[in-house]
Amino acid sequence: MTAFWILAPLMVIAALGLVFAKKAVHGALCLAVVMISLAVLYAVQEAPFLFAVQIIVYTGAIMMLFLFVLMLVGVESNDSMRETIRGQRAAALVVTLLFGVLAVTGIAQTVTGTARGFGDEPNVEGLAALLFGPYVLAFELTSALLITAALAAMVLAHRERLSTRPTQATLSQQRMRDYAESGKHPGNPPTPGVFARHNAVDTPALLPDGTPMEESISASLVARGQRRSGPPPVEPIAPAGGTPTDDDVDEVSKQLEGGSTDD
Amino acid sequence: MTEYLTLSMVLFTIGAAGVLVRRNAIVVFMCIELMLNATNLAFVTFSRQHGTLDGQVAAFFVMVVAAAEVVVGLAIIVSIYRTRRTTSVDDASLLKL
Repeated sequence: MTAFWILAPLMVIAALGLVFAKKAVHGALCLAVVMISLAVLYAVQEAPFLFAVQIIVYTGAIMMLFLFVLMLVGVESNDSMRETIRGQRAAALVVTLLFGVLAVTGIAQTVTGTARGFGDEPNVEGLAALLFGPYVLAFELTSALLITAALAAMVLAHRERLSTRPTQATLSQQRMRDYAESGKHPGNPPTPGVFARHNAVDTPALLPDGTPMEESISASLVARGQRRSGPPPVEPIAPAGGTPTDDDVDEVSKQLEGGSTDD
Repeated sequence: MTEYLTLSMVLFTIGAAGVLVRRNAIVVFMCIELMLNATNLAFVTFSRQHGTLDGQVAAFFVMVVAAAEVVVGLAIIVSIYRTRRTTSVDDASLLKL
């Protein structure tokens, strides 16, 4: 029971962490803690085969799948804590508490007396005799289920290309058209850190007028709130006599044409 | 053995709360996995209590079905994310009135 009393509080804390974690990745790590602890509890409960399967299938395969999808979906998909149905969270809490009390007092008290245990019965051989004996039909059906699931995943994740792939020529024509219509710069945008104080990827490049260019850093960094603030925008240097006007231009051109007017 | 069953039921309840409260489809999915794991613990506990291996076979089948379910579910989430750029369960609401 020592293992149980060490692991049970950890598991409950990790499960609560899964529910309350703001970032999905933290929740996934909490779930991994729960699953590995469960594997240890299986080993304690005379189930060495399930111990191995739990580690290999759950923490090895399923959690990795979750982490892969989290990486694909990206950091922008943070959970919004806004309630869309009014009072839903409170109602959910009440219902869950009621259900928890019912489950713990009802189902968890059904076992009385000491456990019978398995004695000397070998675990893996016994499971094999059951799987390939009375449960052989269910076992064969699971193989069909797994193949169907694999095919379904391939069909769902497959994406048909509906339009032809844009070539380099069409892309360049599109750039020129954008420049003609909206004035969008046709050239390469500056990479992060150009002319800025740091050349790190989280520092936006500075434009010729000293303002940071937000598009030069990755959108993921902006979503994560890891954009390093560039230097404050530099005020354009104003001439001494205020903003230049047409008169100033005329004066300067006169100076340039007629030489110096000071003497 | 009551302790194991209590832990199993507590984990199941926490998973159910997560399914009800969270909005991110992936987190909801992970909470469902937590509930499946909790039932597995109950299966193994009952198996040891009765001294028969049938409970462990049931837990094994639950694991197989969970693996298939995760594969299909995550593929659905990825394809929803591709079209809607979100994984919130509130935004996939085209079927509602």
